Amino acid sequence: MVTSALVAAIWAHARRDHPDEACGVLAGPADGDRPVRHIPMLNAARSPSFYEFDSADLLALYRDLDDRGEVPTVVYHSHTATEAYPSRTDIALASEPDAHYVLVSTRGPSDDEFRSYRIVDGIVTEEEVRVTDQPRVE
Amino acid sequence: MTVSVRIPTILRGHTDGAKTVPGEGATLGDLLADLDSRHAGLSDRIVENGALRRYVNVYVDDSDVRFTGGLDTPLSEGASVTILPAVAGG
Repeated sequence: MVTSALVAAIWAHARRDHPDEACGVLAGPADGDRPVRHIPMLNAARSPSFYEFDSADLLALYRDLDDRGEVPTVVYHSHTATEAYPSRTDIALASEPDAHYVLVSTRGPSDDEFRSYRIVDGIVTEEEVRVTDQPRVE
Repeated sequence: MTVSVRIPTILRGHTDGAKTVPGEGATLGDLLADLDSRHAGLSDRIVENGALRRYVNVYVDDSDVRFTGGLDTPLSEGASVTILPAVAGG
Protein backbone atom coordinates (compact mmCIF):
# COMPACT_ATOMS: atom_id res chain seq x y z
CA MET A 1 0.00 0.00 0.00
CA VAL A 2 1.42 3.34 -1.06
CA THR A 3 -0.11 6.80 -1.11
CA SER A 4 -0.91 8.53 -4.38
CA ALA A 5 1.31 11.42 -3.28
CA LEU A 6 4.36 9.13 -3.03
CA VAL A 7 3.53 7.56 -6.39
CA ALA A 8 3.31 11.04 -7.92
CA ALA A 9 6.65 11.99 -6.36
CA ILE A 10 8.35 8.98 -7.98
CA TRP A 11 6.86 9.83 -11.37
CA ALA A 12 7.94 13.45 -11.09
CA HIS A 13 11.49 12.39 -10.29
CA ALA A 14 11.58 9.83 -13.12
CA ARG A 15 10.26 12.35 -15.66
CA ARG A 16 12.67 15.03 -14.44
CA ASP A 17 15.74 12.82 -14.85
CA HIS A 18 14.68 11.21 -18.13
CA PRO A 19 16.52 10.14 -20.34
CA ASP A 20 18.77 9.09 -17.45
CA GLU A 21 17.49 6.56 -14.95
CA ALA A 22 16.16 8.06 -11.72
CA CYS A 23 16.48 6.23 -8.39
CA GLY A 24 15.52 6.64 -4.77
CA VAL A 25 13.80 5.29 -1.71
CA LEU A 26 10.47 5.44 0.04
CA ALA A 27 11.27 5.13 3.72
CA GLY A 28 8.96 3.74 6.34
CA PRO A 29 8.95 2.53 9.93
CA ALA A 30 11.04 -0.60 10.49
CA ASP A 31 8.10 -2.36 12.12
CA GLY A 32 5.62 -1.74 9.32
CA ASP A 33 5.18 -2.08 5.60
CA ARG A 34 3.92 1.40 4.74
CA PRO A 35 6.32 3.92 3.22
CA VAL A 36 5.85 7.46 4.53
CA ARG A 37 8.70 9.52 3.09
CA HIS A 38 10.16 10.07 -0.39
CA ILE A 39 13.93 10.35 -0.63
CA PRO A 40 15.13 10.99 -4.20
CA MET A 41 18.73 9.86 -4.66
CA LEU A 42 21.38 11.00 -7.09
CA ASN A 43 22.12 8.48 -9.82
CA ALA A 44 25.91 8.57 -9.61
CA ALA A 45 26.08 6.70 -12.93
CA ARG A 46 24.04 9.42 -14.71
CA SER A 47 23.14 6.84 -17.32
CA PRO A 48 20.09 5.89 -19.39
CA SER A 49 20.81 2.21 -18.70
CA PHE A 50 22.33 2.02 -15.20
CA TYR A 51 21.83 3.49 -11.76
CA GLU A 52 23.83 3.50 -8.58
CA PHE A 53 23.33 5.51 -5.41
CA ASP A 54 26.33 7.74 -4.75
CA SER A 55 28.55 6.09 -2.13
CA ALA A 56 28.64 8.99 0.34
CA ASP A 57 24.92 9.60 -0.10
CA LEU A 58 24.28 5.91 0.59
CA LEU A 59 26.05 6.10 3.95
CA ALA A 60 24.20 9.29 4.88
CA LEU A 61 20.89 7.69 3.87
CA TYR A 62 21.33 4.59 6.02
CA ARG A 63 22.53 6.63 9.01
CA ASP A 64 19.45 8.81 8.72
CA LEU A 65 17.16 5.78 8.40
CA ASP A 66 18.81 4.12 11.41
CA ASP A 67 18.44 7.29 13.48
CA ARG A 68 14.74 7.48 12.65
CA GLY A 69 14.05 3.77 13.12
CA GLU A 70 13.19 3.52 9.44
CA VAL A 71 14.02 1.14 6.61
CA PRO A 72 14.01 1.48 2.82
CA THR A 73 10.50 0.04 2.44
CA VAL A 74 10.64 0.77 -1.29
CA VAL A 75 13.71 1.03 -3.52
CA TYR A 76 12.72 2.49 -6.88
CA HIS A 77 14.28 3.27 -10.21
CA SER A 78 13.17 4.06 -13.73
CA HIS A 79 13.73 2.29 -16.99
CA THR A 80 13.87 4.85 -19.75
CA ALA A 81 13.56 2.70 -22.87
CA THR A 82 12.27 -0.68 -21.70
CA GLU A 83 9.43 -2.12 -19.66
CA ALA A 84 9.17 -1.72 -15.91
CA TYR A 85 10.51 -5.18 -15.17
CA PRO A 86 13.80 -5.98 -13.36
CA SER A 87 16.75 -6.37 -15.71
CA ARG A 88 19.34 -9.09 -15.21
CA THR A 89 21.55 -6.47 -13.58
CA ASP A 90 18.73 -5.42 -11.25
CA ILE A 91 18.28 -9.02 -10.18
CA ALA A 92 21.99 -9.70 -9.74
CA LEU A 93 22.56 -6.59 -7.61
CA ALA A 94 19.37 -6.58 -5.54
CA SER A 95 20.52 -6.57 -1.93
CA GLU A 96 17.55 -5.55 0.21
CA PRO A 97 15.55 -8.76 0.67
CA ASP A 98 12.87 -6.97 2.71
CA ALA A 99 12.33 -4.11 0.23
CA HIS A 100 9.71 -3.69 -2.44
CA TYR A 101 11.56 -2.95 -5.66
CA VAL A 102 9.46 -0.51 -7.66
CA LEU A 103 10.15 0.08 -11.34
CA VAL A 104 8.56 2.71 -13.52
CA SER A 105 9.06 3.13 -17.24
CA THR A 106 9.39 6.53 -18.87
CA ARG A 107 9.60 5.09 -22.40
CA GLY A 108 6.12 6.40 -23.25
CA PRO A 109 4.28 9.62 -22.48
CA SER A 110 1.80 8.22 -19.96
CA ASP A 111 2.47 7.44 -16.32
CA ASP A 112 1.01 3.95 -16.40
CA GLU A 113 3.90 1.53 -15.87
CA PHE A 114 4.40 1.45 -12.10
CA ARG A 115 5.19 -2.06 -10.91
CA SER A 116 6.54 -3.63 -7.73
CA TYR A 117 8.59 -6.75 -7.06
CA ARG A 118 10.36 -8.71 -4.40
CA ILE A 119 13.82 -9.77 -5.49
CA VAL A 120 15.34 -12.40 -3.19
CA ASP A 121 18.21 -14.74 -4.08
CA GLY A 122 17.75 -14.07 -7.77
CA ILE A 123 14.02 -14.81 -7.71
CA VAL A 124 11.65 -12.07 -8.91
CA THR A 125 8.09 -12.05 -7.60
CA GLU A 126 5.76 -9.35 -8.86
CA GLU A 127 3.25 -8.00 -6.35
CA GLU A 128 0.10 -5.95 -6.66
CA VAL A 129 0.49 -2.21 -6.14
CA ARG A 130 -2.34 -0.75 -4.08
CA VAL A 131 -2.54 3.03 -4.13
CA THR A 132 -4.49 4.97 -1.53
CA ASP A 133 -5.38 8.64 -1.25
CA GLN A 134 -5.29 8.34 2.50
CA PRO A 135 -2.12 8.96 4.47
CA ARG A 136 -1.06 6.23 6.83
CA VAL A 137 -3.86 5.12 9.16
CA GLU A 138 -2.96 2.51 11.75
CA MET B 1 41.82 -2.09 17.91
CA THR B 2 38.26 -2.86 18.87
CA VAL B 3 35.66 -1.47 16.51
CA SER B 4 31.94 -1.85 15.92
CA VAL B 5 30.67 -3.10 12.59
CA ARG B 6 27.23 -2.43 11.12
CA ILE B 7 26.04 -5.48 9.20
CA PRO B 8 23.51 -4.98 6.37
CA THR B 9 20.25 -6.94 6.37
CA ILE B 10 21.34 -9.27 3.60
CA LEU B 11 24.40 -10.45 5.57
CA ARG B 12 22.76 -10.85 8.97
CA GLY B 13 22.34 -14.56 8.33
CA HIS B 14 26.06 -14.71 9.14
CA THR B 15 25.64 -12.88 12.46
CA ASP B 16 22.58 -14.60 13.95
CA GLY B 17 20.55 -11.58 12.94
CA ALA B 18 22.76 -9.05 14.73
CA LYS B 19 22.78 -5.59 13.16
CA THR B 20 26.00 -4.57 14.90
CA VAL B 21 28.89 -6.81 15.92
CA PRO B 22 32.24 -6.06 17.58
CA GLY B 23 35.52 -6.89 15.87
CA GLU B 24 39.28 -6.50 16.16
CA GLY B 25 41.97 -5.49 13.74
CA ALA B 26 44.70 -2.99 12.94
CA THR B 27 43.44 -2.75 9.36
CA LEU B 28 40.18 -3.45 7.58
CA GLY B 29 41.66 -6.66 6.16
CA ASP B 30 42.56 -7.85 9.67
CA LEU B 31 39.08 -6.98 10.87
CA LEU B 32 37.40 -9.02 8.12
CA ALA B 33 39.59 -12.02 8.99
CA ASP B 34 38.65 -11.63 12.65
CA LEU B 35 34.94 -11.36 11.81
CA ASP B 36 35.13 -14.40 9.56
CA SER B 37 36.57 -16.47 12.42
CA ARG B 38 33.30 -15.99 14.31
CA HIS B 39 30.88 -15.37 11.42
CA ALA B 40 31.87 -17.96 8.85
CA GLY B 41 31.43 -16.93 5.23
CA LEU B 42 31.03 -13.22 5.95
CA SER B 43 34.36 -12.20 4.45
CA ASP B 44 33.62 -13.94 1.13
CA ARG B 45 30.57 -11.76 0.73
CA ILE B 46 32.72 -8.64 0.98
CA VAL B 47 36.07 -9.63 -0.55
CA GLU B 48 36.82 -11.38 -3.82
CA ASN B 49 40.29 -12.28 -5.08
CA GLY B 50 41.91 -10.20 -2.36
CA ALA B 51 39.99 -7.00 -3.07
CA LEU B 52 36.68 -5.48 -2.08
CA ARG B 53 33.77 -6.58 -4.23
CA ARG B 54 32.69 -3.93 -6.70
CA TYR B 55 29.14 -3.66 -5.37
CA VAL B 56 29.86 -3.70 -1.65
CA ASN B 57 30.67 -0.42 0.05
CA VAL B 58 32.67 -0.34 3.28
CA TYR B 59 33.12 2.79 5.32
CA VAL B 60 35.41 3.49 8.26
CA ASP B 61 33.73 6.27 10.18
CA ASP B 62 32.70 8.70 7.42
CA SER B 63 35.05 7.53 4.66
CA ASP B 64 34.50 5.04 1.86
CA VAL B 65 37.57 2.80 2.15
CA ARG B 66 38.05 2.86 -1.64
CA PHE B 67 39.59 6.27 -1.04
CA THR B 68 41.61 5.35 2.07
CA GLY B 69 43.56 2.25 1.09
CA GLY B 70 40.93 -0.45 0.67
CA LEU B 71 41.66 -3.50 2.82
CA ASP B 72 44.82 -1.77 4.12
CA THR B 73 42.78 1.06 5.63
CA PRO B 74 43.97 1.48 9.23
CA LEU B 75 41.45 1.28 12.07
CA SER B 76 41.54 3.36 15.21
CA GLU B 77 40.21 2.28 18.59
CA GLY B 78 36.46 2.67 18.73
CA ALA B 79 36.05 3.22 14.99
CA SER B 80 32.68 2.63 13.39
CA VAL B 81 32.76 0.37 10.35
CA THR B 82 29.71 0.24 8.08
CA ILE B 83 29.12 -2.35 5.39
CA LEU B 84 26.47 -1.46 2.80
CA PRO B 85 25.74 -3.25 -0.45
CA ALA B 86 25.55 -0.82 -3.34
CA VAL B 87 22.03 0.11 -4.37
CA ALA B 88 22.43 -0.27 -8.09
CA GLY B 89 21.02 -1.88 -11.18
CA GLY B 90 20.37 -1.41 -14.83
